[in-house]
Amino acid sequence: MATASLQKIDILKIREQFPILHQQVNGKPLIYFDNAATSQKPKSVIEKLNDYYLGYNANIHRGIHTLAEKATHAFEETRKSLQHFINSPSAEQIIFTKGVTESINLVAQSYAKTFLKAGDEIIISGLEHHSNIVPWQLACQATGAVIKVIPVLPDGTLDIESFHQLISDKTKLVAVNHASNSLGTINPIKEIISKAHTAGAVVLIDGAQAGAHLPIDVQTLDCDFYCLAGHKMYGPTGVGALYGKKELLEKMPPYQGGGEMIKEVSFAKTTYNDLPYKFEAGTPNIADVVAWKAAIDFIQDLGKENIAAHEHELLQHATDLVGNIPGVTLVGTAQEKVSVLSFVIKNIHPFDVGQMLDARGIAVRTGHHCTQPLMDHFGIEGTIRASFAVYNTKEEIDALTESLNRIINFLS
Amino acid sequence: MSINDIQNDIISDFSLLDGDMEMTVLYVMELGQKMPVMPEASKTEDNIVKGCQSKVWLHASEKEGKIFFDADSNTAITKGLVSLLVRIFNGQKPEDILNSDLFFMQKIGMERFIGTQRSNGFLAMIKQIKMYALAFKAKQAI
Repeated sequence: MATASLQKIDILKIREQFPILHQQVNGKPLIYFDNAATSQKPKSVIEKLNDYYLGYNANIHRGIHTLAEKATHAFEETRKSLQHFINSPSAEQIIFTKGVTESINLVAQSYAKTFLKAGDEIIISGLEHHSNIVPWQLACQATGAVIKVIPVLPDGTLDIESFHQLISDKTKLVAVNHASNSLGTINPIKEIISKAHTAGAVVLIDGAQAGAHLPIDVQTLDCDFYCLAGHKMYGPTGVGALYGKKELLEKMPPYQGGGEMIKEVSFAKTTYNDLPYKFEAGTPNIADVVAWKAAIDFIQDLGKENIAAHEHELLQHATDLVGNIPGVTLVGTAQEKVSVLSFVIKNIHPFDVGQMLDARGIAVRTGHHCTQPLMDHFGIEGTIRASFAVYNTKEEIDALTESLNRIINFLS
Repeated sequence: MSINDIQNDIISDFSLLDGDMEMTVLYVMELGQKMPVMPEASKTEDNIVKGCQSKVWLHASEKEGKIFFDADSNTAITKGLVSLLVRIFNGQKPEDILNSDLFFMQKIGMERFIGTQRSNGFLAMIKQIKMYALAFKAKQAI
């Protein structure tokens, strides 16, 4: 993975930018391995949030005064930043939402409910988070469309041959994740998108686990919708984005009604605002959108390829060490993975492992990770998931391994 | 021993751990390991305590006006926690269980190491124990 053009990341310098990491938890130095749930925020993000409230808090758009202008400018700067981040043809194709869940619901409620009919098919995958399952079930209940599922192979990759068989002229929408939150599997989305397009279906990509780890170019991918979460990419909680192809966004009806999304309102008729405002009813989460830009800058400054190289090293190290502990079985062993290590331990419940690790200052996630169908597929209740970010170190993984050995010795 | 005496014993046992989280978790797990094994036949769907994140089985029986409990869980920590309740309530009279006031959880700082969700699960176990006590009391009155 590492090539000569990659720059070695100075971890100590990076860790200085994350004040939260420098604390003791239960008397031990904090080791934060729950990054797939949410990543920590660098000082620049926290400061930007602070600056906004201390210096230019005002409601955006339509305001004539200086603060409103400053706030509007900062808000729209984040949109432009995201445009470049995913190579969207224009900024107006970026719609701010609360997160990936809302982005998917927006498409399900607005696009799917309007354009799908009884007998149409939506294809999702067996690797999906509940947030990329339930919105489609709701859309299917309303339209009579049905869901088809791409099966998962034993190594945690998608059965692409089956996907090719599932695609038909009934397929109207395909919704899959770029990378799996439970297992880390990176899906071959380019192939999925191009195959879906041959059948005339539109494709939504859930990019929650990709934002901080994988290069994203919506034009090269040719996806119809792409969803991002701010808080999983070093940004604030409560903000996300939906990218959409312009012709689709333009023909979609508004998702919610209210202020901001209108052009003119009378009791007889309302005309809707242009993109992206048509989909941004009400006062948005201005402060967090503004601060999200600092997170994007943080990633861009380091270089996604450099971050990916570091995380790949961490994943490799963790796979070697944890995977070799007697009694441990890794769940999800795809060749292409983001930095997620999911595993189970023979005869020990994941909750107990999580609790013991917490007692030693190590934060991991245990349970089904909001992917119950996937856990059912593997015949397990849940896993222990350690997920790594740019500020994590090999030494921290060594500490995890040592703690796991201790726990296994004690409980078996 | 009275319910309160046992609670005081538990508080005193935990105080030896000096608030060390790892020692506390290990100790709780050890308590679970020492609990008498619950007969497999008692691990029925009906005996599962509702409201717990992990699986907890609780079964009660009556002998000479006193109630005795069997319990188990699929997670070691929860098993340890339920063992504390078994220790407190085993062999107590139904009315004493119904009138009991549990104060040991706060004194040992349990919420700190089991978190909010498990605390709710723990309350569900206590509720279930009191339901058993109520049922046995009603039976005695007939």
